[in-house]
Amino acid sequence: MAELVYNESGRLLFTKEMKEEYTILMPQMLPIHFELFRQLLQLEGYKVDQLNNESRNVVDEGLKYVHNDTCYPALLVIGQFMDAIKNSGYDPHKIALFITQTGGGCRASNYIFLLRKALKKAGMDYIPVISVSFGMESNPGFSLTIPLVQKLVYGMMYGDLIMNVANQVRPYEKSRGDTDLLIKDWISDLVDRFQHGKGLNRRSMRKIFDEIIQDFAAVPVRQEEKVRVGVVGEIYVKFSSLGNNHLEEFLLAEGAEPVVPGLTDFMIFKIYNRIVDVNIYGGSLVKKEACDFFMHYIEACQHDMIAALKKSRFRAPGDFAQLRQLVQGYLGEGCKMGEGWLLTAEMLELIHSGTNNIVCAQPFGCLPNHIVGKGMIRALKDNYPDSNIVAIDYDPSATKINQENRIKLMLANGKSLLKKKQAAEAAVGV
Amino acid sequence: MKHTMSLRIGIDIGSTTVKVVVLDEDNQLLFRSYERHFSKVREKTCEILGRIHDQLTGQQVHMVITGSAGLGVSKASGVDFVQEVYATAAAVDTFVPGTDAVIELGGEDAKIIFFGGALEERMNGSCAGGTGAFIDQMATLMNVSAGELDALSLKHEKIYPIASRCGVFAKSDIQPILNQGGRKEDVAASIFQAVVDQTIAGLTQGRELRGKIVFLGGPLHFLMGLRERFVETLHLDSAHAIFPEDGDCFAAIGAALCSTDYAEALFDDQLRLLEESKGAVSSVDTAPVLFESQEEYDAFCARHNAQHPPEYDLSTYEGDAYLGIDAGSTTTKLALIAPDGGLLYTYYHSNQGNPVNIVREQLEELYERMGDRVTIRGSAVTGYGEALIKNAFRCDLGLVETVAHYNAAAHFNPDVDFIIDIGGQDMKCFKIRHQAVDSIMLNEACSSGCGSFIETFARALGYEIADFAKLGLFTKKPVNLGSRCTVFMNSSVKQAQKDGASVEDISAGLSISIVKNAIYKVLRMSSADELGQHIVVQGGTFHNDAVLRAFEQELGREVIRPTIAGIMGAFGAALAAKKLKLERSSLLSAEELAGFTHSARPVTCNGCTNHCSLTVNTFDGGRRFISGNRCSKPLGGTKVEYPDLMKYKYQKLRAMEGVGEGTGARGRIGIPFGLNMYENLPFWYAFFTKLNFEVVLSPQSSRKLYLKGQRTIPSDTVCYPAKLLHGHVLSLLEQGVDAIFYPCMSYNFDEGTSDNNYNCPVVAYYPDLIATNIPQLAQVRYLHPYFGLHRPRDFEKRAVKYFKDEFNVPKKETVAAVRAAYAAYEAYRDDLRTKAEEYITFARKEGMPIMVMAGRPYHMDPEINHGINELVTSFRFVLITEDSVAWHMDKESRTVLNQWTYHSRMYNAARYVCTQKDMEMIQLVSFGCGVDAITTDEVREILEAGDKLYTQLKIDDISNLGAVTIRVRSLLAAIEARQAAPGGNG
Repeated sequence: MAELVYNESGRLLFTKEMKEEYTILMPQMLPIHFELFRQLLQLEGYKVDQLNNESRNVVDEGLKYVHNDTCYPALLVIGQFMDAIKNSGYDPHKIALFITQTGGGCRASNYIFLLRKALKKAGMDYIPVISVSFGMESNPGFSLTIPLVQKLVYGMMYGDLIMNVANQVRPYEKSRGDTDLLIKDWISDLVDRFQHGKGLNRRSMRKIFDEIIQDFAAVPVRQEEKVRVGVVGEIYVKFSSLGNNHLEEFLLAEGAEPVVPGLTDFMIFKIYNRIVDVNIYGGSLVKKEACDFFMHYIEACQHDMIAALKKSRFRAPGDFAQLRQLVQGYLGEGCKMGEGWLLTAEMLELIHSGTNNIVCAQPFGCLPNHIVGKGMIRALKDNYPDSNIVAIDYDPSATKINQENRIKLMLANGKSLLKKKQAAEAAVGV
Repeated sequence: MKHTMSLRIGIDIGSTTVKVVVLDEDNQLLFRSYERHFSKVREKTCEILGRIHDQLTGQQVHMVITGSAGLGVSKASGVDFVQEVYATAAAVDTFVPGTDAVIELGGEDAKIIFFGGALEERMNGSCAGGTGAFIDQMATLMNVSAGELDALSLKHEKIYPIASRCGVFAKSDIQPILNQGGRKEDVAASIFQAVVDQTIAGLTQGRELRGKIVFLGGPLHFLMGLRERFVETLHLDSAHAIFPEDGDCFAAIGAALCSTDYAEALFDDQLRLLEESKGAVSSVDTAPVLFESQEEYDAFCARHNAQHPPEYDLSTYEGDAYLGIDAGSTTTKLALIAPDGGLLYTYYHSNQGNPVNIVREQLEELYERMGDRVTIRGSAVTGYGEALIKNAFRCDLGLVETVAHYNAAAHFNPDVDFIIDIGGQDMKCFKIRHQAVDSIMLNEACSSGCGSFIETFARALGYEIADFAKLGLFTKKPVNLGSRCTVFMNSSVKQAQKDGASVEDISAGLSISIVKNAIYKVLRMSSADELGQHIVVQGGTFHNDAVLRAFEQELGREVIRPTIAGIMGAFGAALAAKKLKLERSSLLSAEELAGFTHSARPVTCNGCTNHCSLTVNTFDGGRRFISGNRCSKPLGGTKVEYPDLMKYKYQKLRAMEGVGEGTGARGRIGIPFGLNMYENLPFWYAFFTKLNFEVVLSPQSSRKLYLKGQRTIPSDTVCYPAKLLHGHVLSLLEQGVDAIFYPCMSYNFDEGTSDNNYNCPVVAYYPDLIATNIPQLAQVRYLHPYFGLHRPRDFEKRAVKYFKDEFNVPKKETVAAVRAAYAAYEAYRDDLRTKAEEYITFARKEGMPIMVMAGRPYHMDPEINHGINELVTSFRFVLITEDSVAWHMDKESRTVLNQWTYHSRMYNAARYVCTQKDMEMIQLVSFGCGVDAITTDEVREILEAGDKLYTQLKIDDISNLGAVTIRVRSLLAAIEARQAAPGGNG
């Protein structure tokens, strides 16, 4: 039995012993990515479980332990943990919790503290909480070493690519379920390769990218044009089906093709912010150099992915440099809290690449999104009259029916735009 | 009906009504119907279609459903669906070509559709109440029908400002106006005005409403007063305000027009699809049942009914009596008790917006029944209408509700340590510590009105409240409706209905929801042990057995509900009257009562810039009572002013304009007086005047200024301080400046007391938002660079470059200005601290308690705090601010991430308050402030650990100080009780 060890400020540490004995629980956000991350962490000797509990009790537990006015993602993530701890048969003395910590000026930086408060309230403050962050809180039993970070970056790249091509295939697949089966196959294939130390350098990643794209391109599809709908927003609500009431499934059912910008840009964005901070306010040039290096590395991986997509029949997203370029005139680069200028940039990128219909998903009362989401829609509409953006708020009691109704309105608009476009093309064709 | 082209049928199923139309090939209406569905959505639709069955049987038709509740019906039946805004646009294009915008209000939806260029639609989001349901709710509150409300509004003389965001806010604005004798006509028009403001503010989001505007939907079709408010507010003439004849059915007509996009089918087949879907029940989230059996229920009732005081017969009783009156927000309660607490007479009734009449009738009744046998030796009044009733009837004592409730609860259980009272509008909970009221929690504005909500809902479903509540007792499937503000609950109920939940399930669900709201939203607890051992529940809402049961279930323990739960306030007031030990009450005698008259007149006080909306109540014999005032000025007395650091700071900042010691030769720099400028103005003022700029401040905030910028606000849920900024910037444009300076600042000053020194995202980046949302800014140089003042040397470098590029300022001058700016900011800060010391010394000399108002710097704006500081000092507090004492404490690690400069000051100020026995703290919180969701818990923990009371005031664009007064008075009463109690910290 691992001993409970605290640091000098009284924080419970995740010890090396715990690494051997404990199972670490990880909340759900992006199923493909997180499964790859989990596998990569297991390879490092951590026992990691992915939580997939989604029942109403998740929300109830969240309401119980988190201030109701705190943002919805905190409520869901903490609710998912509490529900799992209480109802999934874990020995509470043999688990630890993973949570990310970004350290920005947004409320989200407080998740880890809110989680600890919740555990304390539930009388389970013997459960260690592990911060997944760069240098914010350290634990003897867990560290984000450079090799591990590098591996996770690869995991993220594969995740982004698979998500991207799967989204382009799934709406059109002739036989329902083909795409999801292929995703499963590829995840186990990748895990297998990771176990053999393969796929974790750029050269082999480029090769695997091509294989993945080939496989997805080979899924039999129907030839038809569907309304494409971009999904942007606060990172958790944007990606997590628990957070956005299964938005992607809804869009699919409504005959639309969801276009979901990946995780890579967000990661680059967060690193880039540190560089911008030094540029604007001054600070350590050494840190800036390090960030610069790391950022370029991920950008290079992103370029590999874009290049692979460009060779195929699939649409490729713009790169980070393009996003930065697009957002000029809307927000300053110093606008970094939450999704910051990136959210606006993603909307712009979608519009520029022909996806005019956009759902901007945010937790109710999300502070940064007042500025970068809802705050920029006016300007986008002025500059792109055909853009068709709907902002949807998510919270414990926003009902699905109201959300769906608003999305339907956007879809009706989008479909009539598509019709107009097709008619115009037909006229030119004649 | 025989036609060459298939007939087109449009069905619009809204939240409260079903509209069905049939169109022929010339777009003529062959049939139209507009009916309430009382949540029996599918049944009603089939019933209406059944009426035209004979004419349409055997025909091919195009049939399409639309509407907010239509989606579910379409899904279940397979009949095609078109989104309602889209449908409406189609109808408008056909019947009113050349339209620029449509405003459509429905039962629970509000929409604006902009035409011209690409079609643009706006619908109310999850935070909106200014719709038909809201009007119904308000009508219920005033005890009139929607039609009567309309008729009243047309005779208005003045408009009161009523919060326009959600129904709950509006209620808490309206109630005091009614209780204090405001005219119903004026309130009615004000309600409509609130709907207009809500629609314009919430939905235009930066786009101007102009040109030809079409008004649609039920409320705008039927309510002339509402039309009038819209037309007047938008300055429309008859050519530009179009109210189509079938405006209530436009979405249905549009659906019919769109229907040709979908396949045609046999009418009979379509009708069958709808009929067959009737029974389809999709899954509904359910909660545990309330009672398994009648026996269980009987035992429950027996247990609670055991808690009752003795009852005497007033018609034979002889001796002394004490009268308690609880003039609540929606109900008036009376209790006449004997010296042993036995009941002689009780009364509980809705006051229908006029408590004075009710109390008068009741007193007459009492005098008649008492004859000469009974002597009233004391009378006390509590509740919202306390001051009015006390003055009208010359009661001996007025006391704050919380104390009245504690008196009553202690009568039943002297060991009571927790009291929860859920009334019509308010939820009050407090702990009892050292025999004094402690940790008062009032419902925050967004979840109030719980009791009356069930009532409104019961009526909407066609039930009386008592019957409705009983329906849910034995249902096997109570709906789980979640816990949140009642406005949102409305949508949850809508959803449950669509999913096939029965009225019984919903009744139980609502009872459970209110309880969850109370426990998780207001009390914020995770286990029953946090509450206490001896819980007494009161308030009319707990008469509802379903609510009481749900409460015990949720808590997992038994509580006491006295049989007189509904009149506990009045009972407690009567007990307080007894404690006065008077020979005889000064209450109006039977003779005086006969000559009693009362009239109320609204006036605006011009005594100061607050311009309070006063109500002047005149009684017989020229007795007068003025309400709505924030200070004593309109009462004829001279204004006694106690030291108020908030006011001092404000005046000091307002003076920071002009050329200062410079020449002003470089031009006029406009600075919007809002958000972080309340902290940084001393810095920028020194900086710019040193550079020989003239500093022009935007005017003082006001409602008018807010309205000026209202339509450029893109997010309706952002905090009020941020919303005000739009008006400030637009004002600066009118003031004629050469440039507007408003920098983006991720970081604030680093005061060394926190882990980081951020601004909140809204404060940090609002300058960027302003840039893209106020088109008029194109007329002027708008400077909104990213600056960080937390690293002086880096800032200096950056400023040198920036002001060289922008204004060609030589480096030397900028450097000097930067240094002068830092020095000026420091001097300002030091001055505040010195002033605070001075005030504290004064307070201690005079023996006055000191109140530390903790909030953000911009909370000193009188338009934001609505004069709370004056209200506090009117209770003889000396007022200082959090930043003037926070510096006494060092950095200490917190259980939350302490990373915002402003908030870190609150933590330290709270810690300091704990070390000073004559200091108390009130935390000001802006509604919608996401950061404060974190800080409020933390500040509470600090204060409670230091054995201090925690009082939080949530502020918004509402200017009702009634709720604030209750908190401040409760706080005062608790302080007094603590000082009196042995072992108290006083």
